[in-house]
Amino acid sequence: MTQALQLAAHLGAAGAGPAAPPEATGVTAIAWLVLVLPAAGALVLMLGGRRLNRIAPILGSLTVVAAFVVAVSIFFATIGAGAGDRVHEIPIWSWMPVQALQVEFGMRIDPLSLTFMLLITGVGSLIHIYSIGYMEHDERRQRFFAYMNLFVAAMLLLVMGNSFVTVYAGWEGVGLASYLLIGFWSHKPVAATAAKKSFVMNRVGDFGFVIGIFIMFAEMGTTSFSGVFANIGMVAQQHPGAVTAMTLFLLLGACAKSGQVPLQAWLPDAMEGPTPVSALIHAATMVTAGVYLITRSADIYNLSGTGQLVVSIVGAVTILVGAIGGCGKDDIKRVLAYSTVSQIGYMFLAAGLGTGVYGLAILHLLTHGFFKAGMFLASGSIMHGMTDQVDMRHYGALAKRMPLTFITMACGYLAIIGFPYLSGFFSKDPIIEAAFAAGGTKGWLLGGAATLGAAITAFYMTRLMIMTFFGEARWKNLTSPDGRAYHPHESGLVMTIPMLILSIGSLGAGAFLASGERLVGWLTPSVGEFAEPHPTVLSAGVITWGNVVLMLVGAGIAYVYFGMRSVPVTQPATRNPVVMLSRAGVGGDAINETLVARPGLWLARTSSYLDARGVDGVVDGVGTAILGLSSWWKGWQNGYVRSYALSMLSGTLLVAVALMVVNFS
Amino acid sequence: MSSFPYLLVLLLLPLVGGIVVAGMGGAPVRTAKFTALGFSLVEFVIAVLLWFDYRSLLASGSAEPFGEVVKVAWIRSFGIHFALGADGISLILIAMTCFLVPIVLGASWEEKLPAGRTISGYFALLLVFQSAMIGVFAATDVFLFYCFFEVMLIPMYFLVGYFGGPRRAYAATKFFLYSLLGGLLMLASVIGLYVASGHVLPEGTLDWETLRSIAHQIPESTQVWIFLGFAVAFAIKAPLVPFHTWLPEAGAEAPTGASTLLVTTMDKVGTFGFLRICLPLLPAASQKLVWLFLLLALLGIVYAAIVAAMQTDLKKFVTFTSIAHFGFIVMGVFAFTTQAMAGAVLYMLNHGIATGLLFVIVGMLIARGGSRQVADYGGVWKIAPVLGGIFLVATMATLALPGTNSFVSEFLVLIGTFQRHPAWAIIGTAGIILSSVYVLWIFQRTMTGPLRGAAVVDTGSAAYDGDDGPRGRAPELEPAPTAGSSGGAAVLVAAPAEPKVKAGFGDLKPREIAVVAPLVAAIIFLGIYPKPVLDVIQPTVTATMHAVGVSDLAPATQNLNGGGN
Repeated sequence: MTQALQLAAHLGAAGAGPAAPPEATGVTAIAWLVLVLPAAGALVLMLGGRRLNRIAPILGSLTVVAAFVVAVSIFFATIGAGAGDRVHEIPIWSWMPVQALQVEFGMRIDPLSLTFMLLITGVGSLIHIYSIGYMEHDERRQRFFAYMNLFVAAMLLLVMGNSFVTVYAGWEGVGLASYLLIGFWSHKPVAATAAKKSFVMNRVGDFGFVIGIFIMFAEMGTTSFSGVFANIGMVAQQHPGAVTAMTLFLLLGACAKSGQVPLQAWLPDAMEGPTPVSALIHAATMVTAGVYLITRSADIYNLSGTGQLVVSIVGAVTILVGAIGGCGKDDIKRVLAYSTVSQIGYMFLAAGLGTGVYGLAILHLLTHGFFKAGMFLASGSIMHGMTDQVDMRHYGALAKRMPLTFITMACGYLAIIGFPYLSGFFSKDPIIEAAFAAGGTKGWLLGGAATLGAAITAFYMTRLMIMTFFGEARWKNLTSPDGRAYHPHESGLVMTIPMLILSIGSLGAGAFLASGERLVGWLTPSVGEFAEPHPTVLSAGVITWGNVVLMLVGAGIAYVYFGMRSVPVTQPATRNPVVMLSRAGVGGDAINETLVARPGLWLARTSSYLDARGVDGVVDGVGTAILGLSSWWKGWQNGYVRSYALSMLSGTLLVAVALMVVNFS
Repeated sequence: MSSFPYLLVLLLLPLVGGIVVAGMGGAPVRTAKFTALGFSLVEFVIAVLLWFDYRSLLASGSAEPFGEVVKVAWIRSFGIHFALGADGISLILIAMTCFLVPIVLGASWEEKLPAGRTISGYFALLLVFQSAMIGVFAATDVFLFYCFFEVMLIPMYFLVGYFGGPRRAYAATKFFLYSLLGGLLMLASVIGLYVASGHVLPEGTLDWETLRSIAHQIPESTQVWIFLGFAVAFAIKAPLVPFHTWLPEAGAEAPTGASTLLVTTMDKVGTFGFLRICLPLLPAASQKLVWLFLLLALLGIVYAAIVAAMQTDLKKFVTFTSIAHFGFIVMGVFAFTTQAMAGAVLYMLNHGIATGLLFVIVGMLIARGGSRQVADYGGVWKIAPVLGGIFLVATMATLALPGTNSFVSEFLVLIGTFQRHPAWAIIGTAGIILSSVYVLWIFQRTMTGPLRGAAVVDTGSAAYDGDDGPRGRAPELEPAPTAGSSGGAAVLVAAPAEPKVKAGFGDLKPREIAVVAPLVAAIIFLGIYPKPVLDVIQPTVTATMHAVGVSDLAPATQNLNGGGN
């Protein structure tokens, strides 16, 4: 190992070009501990088996909390350093050294990765603690916490790696953890199917990601961040097409992981996993990995206008697809899942708007991390009190029964719809302004989509709030599918305290991070200088207050439809095409089904048939033709020598032919 | 260089072991089994010592292509030697074989063999087979290579045909005829090579080093003919699509231990042959025919993956995953970049470990259920968590998840191929999507969902004999998730009276855990720190590239800055 360290150090020194960041010192040098702690937890819990069931919740949570503490101390050390000294590398070992390809297993600690480390371990700690209560009665707690720790470790690797290959390793690692956790109740066929679907659709993205890496190596002979960023300008001068190809292939990876169009269909199904999983993986952290990847690759995207345009178009389309999908769902978790799809669309939109605006994507990512995780935990708390029912048509008037849950959900609600001066307002509004600032038709289209999306968000979130917390207590006359009556009650403190902490974030994180350009300024060393967007078509004030008005309109329509009328307990039939579209998840599954699944299955069946009848058929046909030899053979288990003699005879013939060929040529 | 004749000992020890074990007919079965295991463990220790010896040889900067050379004149009149030697590639494969044999013996400890077959005979034959494998990897004389190439068929023929499942006779005959065809063409090519060398040198030879030194003097048209003879033999052995149809039959009918060795070591002789014979000895033909082999490689990656997804027989499924992986290996061999070729060699080792684990764990599943049919299993993870967990590790290694050994090799093959042939590499990369489909689907059907399937659930009928195909298939379970079923709600819904588990269908026993543990450890270790192996492979890969007359491409962009690594 020491040898590897020396080699890695040597490589670092030899390749020290203009952009190679210095090696970490002080507390930053132990950043690997942030990764190792949850990884060790996962390993111990996995190997330990069920006898660890009792201590698993504590052990699993403690490792993540400890990782958070280390991350915080590195954060303070970094913020204490000057703005010019906030990017560090930690080489650890040489992973895949083959001639020109020197893939190092190392870390890059800079403002961007630190921001994510804090989000992952911070929100991760809260959700782990919440899970102590949520998973209390599950007989496989040890496995649950092992997977959760595995996830945290893989996600940390994703954001801490110092090369695209290390990121890719974390990328697939979180895919595995997500697969395991979606399928945690894998004895349910729906959960097992959803898990596989998420893995396979993510692999489609991984295909894109890894090809992006291949192009980097073919063009620049390196895959490390410092190497790529130092040379990408040269590539853009000589082969601009290669840069655009890189951006598009990386985008494919980002789309799959972040549930963006056209690879969004797996995310709503992922709600089959336990709710803390939905909160941590499918809302706050993993699904934002695509935003991380694009932001991290800012130096590449900045050089390809086409790449950036496609990113923002994907974002804008996804905002609408997700928002419309959220309107027609009755499953509370699926509404939140579509809302996640839509909100990440805002982050993609911002990331695609490019130079100077990346910080806004990260700002929305952080505030979304708080309010969406809070809302998911609240929905889990509702399920906990409602015998695991997720159908909102069975809810109603729960605000009094579950006051703390209601407060958490309400804070998240106000934040996500962009209520003035709460978190979402500070993070979403600048993105919409930046979209309008793109100018011209592009600005109108992107800005218009973002604005419309905000209004629809207000509609479906108001619908969720009304159906869940207000109106008639429909659950009084209903029973759960297995015939039990509902007795809604508030969850215990171990669940409500993490929820309340997150609601503080929902309320205040936006104002705190946005004021004085605190976050965007901090991110400058990683993503470049922040440039305040200046919309030209409309003034910033008009956009801001116009959005507030539209938000109120959206909420008002929802109130008219759901607050002033009684909610049917079964989903009413409809002929309204918009409602049908929404209930069908805006066709995400239909597209997958017709374009990929059906032809794929047909191809597989045909090939399999042909393999047995065609290729093997030919072989067996030849076999039949020499049936004499065959049947003779079967009778002679011990006739090996004779048949060998026969083969020698034919061999001799072939030899004769071969000799002639060789001699005559 | 040490004086200890490692290779000769490695070659002879298993043969001696096989004879000893075979001669222990009267002794208790247990003694025979431990004797066989003892021989294989000593063999493994010697292989480890050879590894370190070779590494110190590398460190000393030796310029010889082979270390640990043994060379005795054998048939003087034809310039044939009994010559053994190890380079990076053969060392890797010898080490892999010696690592796998004790594991396979451990996994076969309680193998249910057809009536009248003894386990000591089975173990003896496995050891003899190991000896032949060492020979074929270590031979540095083309004729000797050919001899071992043919000799290894004999033990494998009996392993399939005498110890195999119900269709063993058909499978063994097909396997043998296929291999025979390849062997004949190869013999013709060996002789062709001898004659061709006689046109360059005063006397013909089959000594590898001499042949390599004159390789560029053999005319291209002659090389192509000789190449094709070898190539067909190797393509059958590997096997490459469309020469593959013997493998699913043989792999499925052979007892698990034999099929594990068949797929993990014997098939490697095919790709090893390309690297040992075709590339360095016939460089012009190799360069000329690159397109053909890249095409066959892609065909294998895509076609075998698609067919694998549809398999209903677990062991046939594993053989098809293996065929798809061999597509990657061949692509790496013929991409002609250091990364791809080193990746291909590493892939040969990693495939042995990962597919070895998959085969062994599938074998353990089949041993419990008594059926090879996928449809006879379901929900096994719930009742056998350790077995399910190991199955999952094997699944992840098969789809090359980072952190497992397969990722490193697959990544190197693809990134190396992309430099020279981007379009081919992109199609090959689609294989990572296909592999996730087929392997996770099998995992889902056998391991997850409610407990079901005739092999798992006790239906109260008479004992299941397992040989006559499935009874009472479980319905295919692939429902679309619907609204209102998420979260915990459906747990309560979908839990009817728990079906009764068949007697004897338990989790892994300590012996079985001991068998799979080294494989799991190797998968993780080589996934995280493959450098020691890459260090051994690289000099030989560089030499092979040099022999073919190709070198790595510089980055496409000119005048690059430094910056990182």
